[in-house]
Amino acid sequence: MSDTEPSKIDHEKSDPPEKRATRVDKGATAAGQSSVPFERPQLLTTDARIKKDIRFRRMCIITACTSILILAFLLGSILTAGIPTLSWTLLTGSPEPEPENAGLWPALMGTLWVCAMCSLLTLPLGIGTAILIEEFTPRNKVAKKIFNLIQLNITNLAGVPSVVYGILGLTAFVSMFSLFDKSENSLGPTFEVGAVYYDQFSNLASDPFVDTGGADVPERFFLLPVESRNAASVVPRTGMLAYENGESGLTQVDIIAIDPLSEQPSTDPDQLSRTIDNQSTPGRISENQWYYLRLPFGRGVIAGALTLMLVILPVIIISTQEALRAVPATLREAALGLGSTPWQVVWNVTLPSAVPGIMTGSILAISRAVGETAPILIIAGIVYIRSAPQHLMDDYTVMPLQIYNWTSRPQEEFHNIAAGGIVVLLAILLSFNAVAVLIRHRMQNKLQ
Amino acid sequence: MSNAVNPAPKATSPPLRAKPTPKLPSHVSEMKTEENNTGVACNAIEMQDLCSWYGNFQALKSISLNVQKNKVTAFIGPSGCGKSTLLRWVNRMNDTIHTARATGSLHMGTLDVLANTTDVVDLRRNVGIVFQKPNPFPKSIFENVAFGPRLHMKLRRSELIDIVEWSLRKAAVWDEVKDRLHAPALGLSGGQQQRLCIARTIAVGPEILLMDEPCSALDPGSTLAIEELMNELRKQYTIVIVTHNMQQASRCSDETAFFFEGELVEMNKTQSIFTNPNNKRTEDYISGRFG
Repeated sequence: MSDTEPSKIDHEKSDPPEKRATRVDKGATAAGQSSVPFERPQLLTTDARIKKDIRFRRMCIITACTSILILAFLLGSILTAGIPTLSWTLLTGSPEPEPENAGLWPALMGTLWVCAMCSLLTLPLGIGTAILIEEFTPRNKVAKKIFNLIQLNITNLAGVPSVVYGILGLTAFVSMFSLFDKSENSLGPTFEVGAVYYDQFSNLASDPFVDTGGADVPERFFLLPVESRNAASVVPRTGMLAYENGESGLTQVDIIAIDPLSEQPSTDPDQLSRTIDNQSTPGRISENQWYYLRLPFGRGVIAGALTLMLVILPVIIISTQEALRAVPATLREAALGLGSTPWQVVWNVTLPSAVPGIMTGSILAISRAVGETAPILIIAGIVYIRSAPQHLMDDYTVMPLQIYNWTSRPQEEFHNIAAGGIVVLLAILLSFNAVAVLIRHRMQNKLQ
Repeated sequence: MSNAVNPAPKATSPPLRAKPTPKLPSHVSEMKTEENNTGVACNAIEMQDLCSWYGNFQALKSISLNVQKNKVTAFIGPSGCGKSTLLRWVNRMNDTIHTARATGSLHMGTLDVLANTTDVVDLRRNVGIVFQKPNPFPKSIFENVAFGPRLHMKLRRSELIDIVEWSLRKAAVWDEVKDRLHAPALGLSGGQQQRLCIARTIAVGPEILLMDEPCSALDPGSTLAIEELMNELRKQYTIVIVTHNMQQASRCSDETAFFFEGELVEMNKTQSIFTNPNNKRTEDYISGRFG
């Protein structure tokens, strides 16, 4: 008791005298003024402390309410505009020029494709980097310096505006630093796997100068295979290998090629429907396999995924590092003490304990990727996309881009379906977060 | 060979059990072939001029001592005197501290523990450690004990179950957990968790057991249980225990070493340290005059 006295007096002495005076005045219980004021410390009155507490609590409530109110207002205005426009067409339709038929299926699928690819690329890379930095810190001084430099850069990269990553992605992934443009032609990619090229011709049925003999002949399209993207246009001749591009995919057919200026086509409707003009200009189209790969990547899904990877990689690394740091050191020591190798410690102890944290951070980062517009705007361009992507190099659009496109149109109806699109986007994001919460909850229940 | 040794643990293994002791896992029986037959006390750990630093701070000053096989050796001394540091050099746990380094020699038989070429993983398999705070993994009780054996051995499920049961019985916690082996280990009480940690350590089949203040976070009942446990385990293991509890050291150790400010002040039979210390500082410390 007696040895604590001096420190209290010291504390009292350090207080400015005027402050002490006011305290004494206010204090109802401390009113008994002693003749030697420094001997006994004057405590803050309970009254004053409670008032301070109440004031602080009120401030917290006000700030919390402000942000919630703003959010509620935004959500309310979006929901009132968006919910009436929600329909099956909006979900499954393609972005037609008429607002009542327009949908965001291609954008929805584009978003899912890009984000799935992005997570597949980012998670192993980000988690691996975090494990390296956190769990395998070197003892060597030079290596330590390098690690610190890497750490500093990662922290800085997390703060770089995403549009900068868009420009980087344009150079690094879309055009690949023009490394592959040195071939004779710059029309297409230098390197391609999984693409087959055709020249497309239509039959003579729709030609107003050809006499069909009154028969109703439907228009059909025929594909003649060519060797490569840059091969010379094929000149059709009767008996060539040809496919019909119909509803049920490609079917082999016998075509009849004629020169409509010098030869008279048959009047048989069946033959007429297979007759094509051997002078006509073909259109070059390609059919790409699911494994289609080209270098440079061009404005495809993979370039978008890689660019978004750049955006969220620092976030994932940092959140994983935090999660790993939160694993108690005693657990690592226990595993090491049992004779685990460093890798066994990471795999059996540290990672399982960190999974809830890693999952939360990763899903939040992926949600950010879902909503990211600026880099996609740069690397995808505003292309009018009518179908969902079929392979990694396919053109794509994403939901934020589609919504942006709709809001920038003059018609009021487009603004409304844009609100509907936002509701769908919000639903996707919320379900992502719900999954994160669910996983975290389940893992924590399992561990405790 | 294993047949000949198998009966031994049955006789020595203590704790009261309803079921007969399961068949001893082969790796556990192999390790104590020499000791009981010869009966000669030999040194499990030999230290000569061991000095240790954390950065520029010298934590240990030229320690020379021997730890005898199948004995309980207690390290006592005030906080910060280096006893835990010394303990952590025995199985190289100090490797996790980047600034820690040591000079001098620390041998276990022919093995030079401090050599760079020493296989730390193998060393730690032979020298188990129990920490001050119970630190079970956030897994089930079964998984906790099976963790070590899984690291080092290829086992069939039935063998693993045997080892887990054997270890839990040996650590005197089997009766309390046998009905909830797959419940989370973190749901156990502190004392049970610490005994689980001991079970986890002996499941690997170590020869030496290091205990870094194993009872400091426990209530008297659990402390008693662990002391009884040590009394049983000394028959098969060489135990080194760091403790702040003088009574504990006198109750359950054969040899006691008193450390002060990084130096080994005195080491002797526990009996003589506590009844007739040679050094004034030892006397002052054990009689509670400082520390």
